[in-house]
Amino acid sequence: MLNAHIISYKKLGIILTALLILTGITVFMSTLDFGSLNIWIALIIASTKASLVLLFFMHMKYEPWLIKWSFLITVSFLAVLIGFIFWDISFR
Amino acid sequence: MESENKDHTGSKIGMWLILYTEIMLFGGLFVLYAAYLKKFPEEFFTSGKQLDLFFGTLNTVILLISSFAVAASITSIRLDKRKLALGMLWLTIFCGLIFLYNKFIEWGHKFEVGIFPGSETMADLSPGENIFFGLYYVITGLHGLHIVIGMALLLFSVIKIYMNKIDKDSYIILENSGLYWHLVDLIWIFIFPLFYLIV
Repeated sequence: MLNAHIISYKKLGIILTALLILTGITVFMSTLDFGSLNIWIALIIASTKASLVLLFFMHMKYEPWLIKWSFLITVSFLAVLIGFIFWDISFR
Repeated sequence: MESENKDHTGSKIGMWLILYTEIMLFGGLFVLYAAYLKKFPEEFFTSGKQLDLFFGTLNTVILLISSFAVAASITSIRLDKRKLALGMLWLTIFCGLIFLYNKFIEWGHKFEVGIFPGSETMADLSPGENIFFGLYYVITGLHGLHIVIGMALLLFSVIKIYMNKIDKDSYIILENSGLYWHLVDLIWIFIFPLFYLIV
């Protein structure tokens, strides 16, 4: 079955604008000093940008549940990988 | 007409499975980065400052625009606007070339000051700095390789459009190539703050 949904140019343009603005924000934030919080701010902005690319440019928002869930499961495995390794190195 | 019964969803799921392996590949490298950042925070901060923020930001903007162009080319082909779709794809490939050129300049500057794997300068650096630049070369190098593969896939789609093998009814090759290109952008979205914005 062909996916019926077509994303309009306007919507794609809005997403691109949002991504460029977020890039500007993250570069600006890096010039301020929040100590160890800096890396977390940068990662939160990066995750927001990644979500926008994923949902709209990669069409995830309009995909069937199988693709949505398999993606979430992949990310969960990555989270387990990261989580367990930090669990280890934090308590050595 | 050849192969009339195309399984669009099946092809797409197959592409996503490839992308999941890519996510785990780069995910593993990011874990390595995170573990060493925890061990050598000061060295990572001073090394990160030596990377060129201008080129990093420029390449981020280039990849975001190219991602938009790929998405727009898929919208165009589905609306049967073949010329616009081709234009957008050529723009994307052009963006990829500029990205690689910037990377070439950037690596070139680092090579000039003697920071490259196996150099004497690298050997004299502290372990933390050595690891930072080692990871920098491995991760951006692997990412650069993905840019080249992505460009090849998009070029393949362009040729298919010229041959009328991709049109408004059959565009899965373009869509899957596009997905690959977006993933390359997605990975860069995380590389950029981790290497260039760390202060």
